[in-house]
Amino acid sequence: MTELDEAVAVPPERMFVATDFERWKTIKERICHAVLMCTALACVLPVVAILGYLLIKGWPVLSSEFLLTNPRNNLTEGGIWAPLIGTFFLVLASLLIAAPIGVLAGVYLNEYAGDNWVTRIINLGVVNLAGVPSIVHALFGVGAFVLFAHLGRSLLAASCTVAVMTLPVIITSTREALAAVPVSFREACWNMGATRWQTIRTIVLPNSIAGILTGVILQVARAAGETAPILFTGAVLFVPIADQGWESFVPYGPHDRFMALSYHLFTLSTQIRGVRDELLYGTAVVLIGMVLAVNSLSILLRVYLRSRKRW
Amino acid sequence: MAPSPASTGSEIISIRARDVSLWYGNFQALKNVTLEVKQGLITSLIGPSGCGKTTLLRCFNRINERYGNVTTTGEITVLGKNIYDADVSLSELRKSVGMVFQRPNPLPISVYDNVLFGVQIHTPRRSLTRDQRDAMVESALREVDLWDEIKDRIHKKATRLTLEQQQKLCIARLLPLKPRIILMDEPCSALDAEGTERIETLLESLREKYTVVIVTHNMAQARRASDECIFMLLGELVEHGTTEQIFFNPGDERTEMYIEGRYG
Repeated sequence: MTELDEAVAVPPERMFVATDFERWKTIKERICHAVLMCTALACVLPVVAILGYLLIKGWPVLSSEFLLTNPRNNLTEGGIWAPLIGTFFLVLASLLIAAPIGVLAGVYLNEYAGDNWVTRIINLGVVNLAGVPSIVHALFGVGAFVLFAHLGRSLLAASCTVAVMTLPVIITSTREALAAVPVSFREACWNMGATRWQTIRTIVLPNSIAGILTGVILQVARAAGETAPILFTGAVLFVPIADQGWESFVPYGPHDRFMALSYHLFTLSTQIRGVRDELLYGTAVVLIGMVLAVNSLSILLRVYLRSRKRW
Repeated sequence: MAPSPASTGSEIISIRARDVSLWYGNFQALKNVTLEVKQGLITSLIGPSGCGKTTLLRCFNRINERYGNVTTTGEITVLGKNIYDADVSLSELRKSVGMVFQRPNPLPISVYDNVLFGVQIHTPRRSLTRDQRDAMVESALREVDLWDEIKDRIHKKATRLTLEQQQKLCIARLLPLKPRIILMDEPCSALDAEGTERIETLLESLREKYTVVIVTHNMAQARRASDECIFMLLGELVEHGTTEQIFFNPGDERTEMYIEGRYG
């Protein structure tokens, strides 16, 4: 018998039975599995904890009346209508500015731009813009929109500032959505004599709209939640607005200062004494609820549009 | 290089290339290719992978230029016109010189819209009546022998058809543009034997009406389906002759070795 034969000579009843080393391997595998699962769970835990905590603390004030009435008595009473509608207009205006510019820029970068130094500089700009802290955006907003463009501290100035902040992500998500459309579709179009724009309008955009919209909608959540960019550019502590009638639905003009939910929460918790805790937590619940609702909407939209797509 | 023999009927030249060289960046993919493709015939481009067949094919409608850093020299004349002339519109050129790809690539819209896509990007919106459009779709689908099979499904997405039907559709969508030349880049390589056979039958029926240039890896297909063959190697045109001559009496040793399957 050779050495090899001896080494593999196992009596039939011991055949395929785990050795000590194999058992140790199995134990390590189980430990790893457990640890990895715990880290994944640890990511969900804070979300549940935060939501639960806020809900419990804010529950007493949550009602339709809380949503629909204006703050009163130095913000210590009443609801959150004025900041809520302010946030709505802020988000709407910033997206009206950022979405068209961002999407079209994304289209240019993905479909037209060649690999040259201009493109590389634009890419560098987009990446760096995405990394700028929001408080720096705020200062930029003050310089560029409030002072230089003479918009003053206003809804418009704040919307522009938020738009600049959301732009890089919209550009990037648009590019990714476009890049996911197979090149073979473009080849088919070009070979029939379609221009790039005809190809984009008839084939590429309709097939990437799901991804593009998802990217844009996710920025709604971000625009609604950020406090720093509106801090110096237009959001204020209190604006008396109409309690009823159509004026309560369009309380701010583009040049007016406005209230916003995120800033309202900030002032309630740091600037004003004697605010009941419920009011504070109730506001937080509404803010986070809005963000979660918008995110879920974008997921639903994506699922729906994907189910209709087929190639 | 053996001159093209006169035995294959047609004498009108559809595509004439003179001294065509092409570089992708620094890599030379075509070296002084000179050839004449006769009108109304099926001409096969054969040769091992990387020999420049597809590159040459893509020169004929100048689609190569969409793939980045490409330099072309020499002269290519299509239907008597030098396609590198300054007044050539790429859009018009590609109308007359259509292309079919290796993997069927119908657009993710309905069969009906696929067939009309070409026409619609070349005409102002709403310039065609509904009847005209319907007639175009029917005649194009009939020409590729697809109408009876899918006439009830023409408003469904084209990407739901079988691969063979998709490839026929890709041919059909060129037809409303009234092309003169159809370029095919291994049109059967994604299909099974039966699909291949039916596409070849279709090719036979397109013959004479259109000039067809087909790139193929499949030697048997080149032999079955084409009137003339062009053998290429390492970016050079080695031999051009009738299919019979290339397969039974090759003039170049390299052609002979390739036909016999000693490499490639």
